Amino acid sequence: MCSYATQKTAVAGSGKGPDGWFRLGSATVYFDHPYHAPYEHTLNIDFANEELGPGSRVAVELSAESARELVRCVEAALAAAGLPAHGDS
Amino acid sequence: MEMESAIVKYEGLLAETIRIAGHDGDEIGAYFARPLGSGPYPGVIVIHHMPGWDEATKEITRRFAAHGYVAVCHNLHYREGPNSSPDDAAAAARAAGGVPDDRFVGDTGGALRYLRALPYATGKVGVIGYCSGGRQAYLAACRLPLDAAVDCYGAFVVGTPPAGMPLRMEPIIGLTASLSCPLLGLFGAEDTHPSSAETAQIEEALTTHHKPYEFHTYPGAGHAFFATDRVSYRPEAAVDGWQRIWTWFGRYLNT
Repeated sequence: MCSYATQKTAVAGSGKGPDGWFRLGSATVYFDHPYHAPYEHTLNIDFANEELGPGSRVAVELSAESARELVRCVEAALAAAGLPAHGDS
Repeated sequence: MEMESAIVKYEGLLAETIRIAGHDGDEIGAYFARPLGSGPYPGVIVIHHMPGWDEATKEITRRFAAHGYVAVCHNLHYREGPNSSPDDAAAAARAAGGVPDDRFVGDTGGALRYLRALPYATGKVGVIGYCSGGRQAYLAACRLPLDAAVDCYGAFVVGTPPAGMPLRMEPIIGLTASLSCPLLGLFGAEDTHPSSAETAQIEEALTTHHKPYEFHTYPGAGHAFFATDRVSYRPEAAVDGWQRIWTWFGRYLNT
């Protein structure tokens, strides 16, 4: 499968790359071939600052199961801090 | 010993990075490999996959040189990161919406001009692409004057990716009437992009337009069965597929 399935969103925050911390501008999320992980397909996230160039990127390639567990953990951490879930008032 | 050396055929190749003039005359990077001989040799343009202008694709390029072709693999993501690692440049290209088709055709036309101008080239040139490069090989064969083409499991020759994605990927099956050369298609029966139903649609279009082609779909193989560095590698399909590639290019580029 060559899915091309890609989502992109603006993000606010910071990430740490090989040259240290930098401000993030976007996250590109896609389920497609990994570059490094030993799976046919992975859920890939590129946290990036496009203004700083292609090297300003924090990349992860996760198995589908790991990605779902990560989503659950993110939601749980936000809920534990008393922050409403996305879409809740 | 004397007899041994007499029966060993000399083999040698040169591989290096070069710069070529691409779309709109832009200078882009490319990987080039050629046999060490006077030729003349036919040419092959290798189209890399969406993960980038990577080591695996450069290895494929050298493989063509080892088989008697002058081969070039241009960096489709050069503009996104001329000095970046292939994965960073690929990520930047994806985030920007992918490689625009017109830019791809312009860059590939530059690779074609480069190969045809070499003093040790026959002037006959084929194209081969893997994964997203399979679709682009089809596109190149429809828009450039080539002598042979190979599409290795290219998705979205027919069909359109779901809406709402930043990637701009249009179906190109409508260009089939303009296909300039014979097409070899190599697919995995377990692949879903392209699916067997989709490759059947491509065959229908090729038949309608009386285009010479051969399609082979391997049982037990999915997407990227040629990729030796991935779990998708299927040796039986890959070995047979490579043999068909040599036969195809031998028939249309070496005559």
